Amino acid sequence: MTTTATQPVARAAGPGSAARRRARRGDLLVRYAFIAPAALYMIAFFGYPILKNVVMSFQDYDFATFFNGKAPFVGLANYTATFSDPIFLRALGNTGLFTIGSIIGQFVIGMALALYFRKKFPLSGFLRSLLLLPWLLPMIVSAAVWRWILEQDNGALNRFLEGVGLISDPIPWLVSSSTALVAVIIVNIWLGIPFNVVLLYSGLQSIPDELYEAGQLDGATGWKSFWHITLPMLRPVVSVVLLLGVIYTIKVLDLIIGLTGGGPANATQTLATRSYEMSFIEFDFGQGAALSNILILIALAFSLVYLRANARAAKNG
Amino acid sequence: MSTATTATTGGPIAPAPAPTPRRPRPGRAWIHTVIGIVLVAIMLFPVYWMVNASLAPAGNSLNTQWLPLNPDFSGYSRAIADQGQNLITSLIVAIGACVLSVAIAAPCAYALAQFRIRGTAVLLFVVLISQMIPGIVIANALYTVYTPLGLINSIPGLILADASQGIPFAILIMRAYLETFETSIVEAARVDGCGHVRAFWSIVLPVSKNSLITAGIFSFLFAWSDFLMALTLTTGETIRPVTLGLYTYIGTNDTDWSAVMSTAVLSSLPAVILMIIAQKYVAAGATGGAVK
Repeated sequence: MTTTATQPVARAAGPGSAARRRARRGDLLVRYAFIAPAALYMIAFFGYPILKNVVMSFQDYDFATFFNGKAPFVGLANYTATFSDPIFLRALGNTGLFTIGSIIGQFVIGMALALYFRKKFPLSGFLRSLLLLPWLLPMIVSAAVWRWILEQDNGALNRFLEGVGLISDPIPWLVSSSTALVAVIIVNIWLGIPFNVVLLYSGLQSIPDELYEAGQLDGATGWKSFWHITLPMLRPVVSVVLLLGVIYTIKVLDLIIGLTGGGPANATQTLATRSYEMSFIEFDFGQGAALSNILILIALAFSLVYLRANARAAKNG
Repeated sequence: MSTATTATTGGPIAPAPAPTPRRPRPGRAWIHTVIGIVLVAIMLFPVYWMVNASLAPAGNSLNTQWLPLNPDFSGYSRAIADQGQNLITSLIVAIGACVLSVAIAAPCAYALAQFRIRGTAVLLFVVLISQMIPGIVIANALYTVYTPLGLINSIPGLILADASQGIPFAILIMRAYLETFETSIVEAARVDGCGHVRAFWSIVLPVSKNSLITAGIFSFLFAWSDFLMALTLTTGETIRPVTLGLYTYIGTNDTDWSAVMSTAVLSSLPAVILMIIAQKYVAAGATGGAVK
């Protein structure tokens, strides 16, 4: 009975006649038919684009290509051009700062909120679901709203800071190259908090209360119980949250384009925005492809670490 | 029987939220509620500010008041006049991508979870990895094939491109559910001579309604929120989703913030409505998408 659970009827029929063999082949075809649409879609919308990007990155593929169809192969020229471009190094550094800053902020605040909402109090579930809201809004909507909040002269943030006397002159959040990256990171932290809260909260829920009670008897309360009970128990979830956070953050594009467009003076340019700019503003699809291939490699590296961590979490969980 | 199947097919992590019995302290509990409300209020301030600014009088929004004491709806009438068509485009594209995602993902998820045929492990790995591919990579390549195919500036083109987020996500969500799905009813039906397609259509789909709804909601939201595909795969004003409409709105020189914020509110409505009517599905999708 257990064998039929995983391999239904077809196997049980045995070798038998030609008719039966045909029936079995038909059955196999039907099974593949369930997968075929998805497989074809994945090939067309993931397989092909990735392959095409690799090929394009070795071609001189620009706007003229759309008219004359010529895209001569140029070897590694796109890559050497990319690596010697000062904006690339800037974008690479910004991607690193943007990712690390966002992850730390999201995680620390997300963890604090998750711990807070673990307490039992009236309306806790309702408030927790309200927290999800920023995560569900289209990113470009959040960008528009924050642009208005961070506006230099009339934005709510400067008005608030001036009102409580923290600053005397309005801060040019998005238009000064020294603050723009910080501002963009702050907004991205805000966007990422709900995701962190949801995952960390569900991780916290699976830690048995008896552990805390036992810890209490040994004098582990407050910070001590957090360091010695919560964090170790939460480790698989934490690694999944952090890695997914990195994977999502390095490809963020809408938010930055909506807030600053990569400016001022490339202060908020990242690999993703630069790749977009190369392809769709400068119409150098070859170099845009080279850039996005570098981005794929970075994303893929983290993805593989993530898949391993996730598999381990699944095994332990 | 049932124990045997669940033992073999039982899913990996289903983050089972164990109820946590805590000693109730009524007095302090309300203080926690108050602090909780303050924390949520701080987090949601930008959302409040969006609604508040959308109600400010047009042209005069340079000094938005802290409270919308004299709500003015002219921002909304301008937003609907300027962006109404774009909102409809978004709606068509999002519904299309949602239907396409679920239609393609559901049979695949069922096959991945229940059929032991060759290639499923590879496909599953590809689906997992595909979620991590930056959208700009897809957009880059699609632009070059969409142009000769005439799919630039077209609704089908956007639906197909937007489903690139919905399909992998929907496959994973539904597969996670179907892995733990009780196979005995399907087997019983199969023994009675019911074909795979019929078993899927009349048994599996109705039973997995919840995971279908979760997958559908998220596929809709992904497509509704899409900006990158709209930005790269449309060039004119004829086919323009509202996300792109909002973006070009911010860029205009004399930005009328009350109209911009009214558009932002209108573009947020689907998310808010879905959250209210389908709260449990949204939470399920949020956790299910990340930990499998």
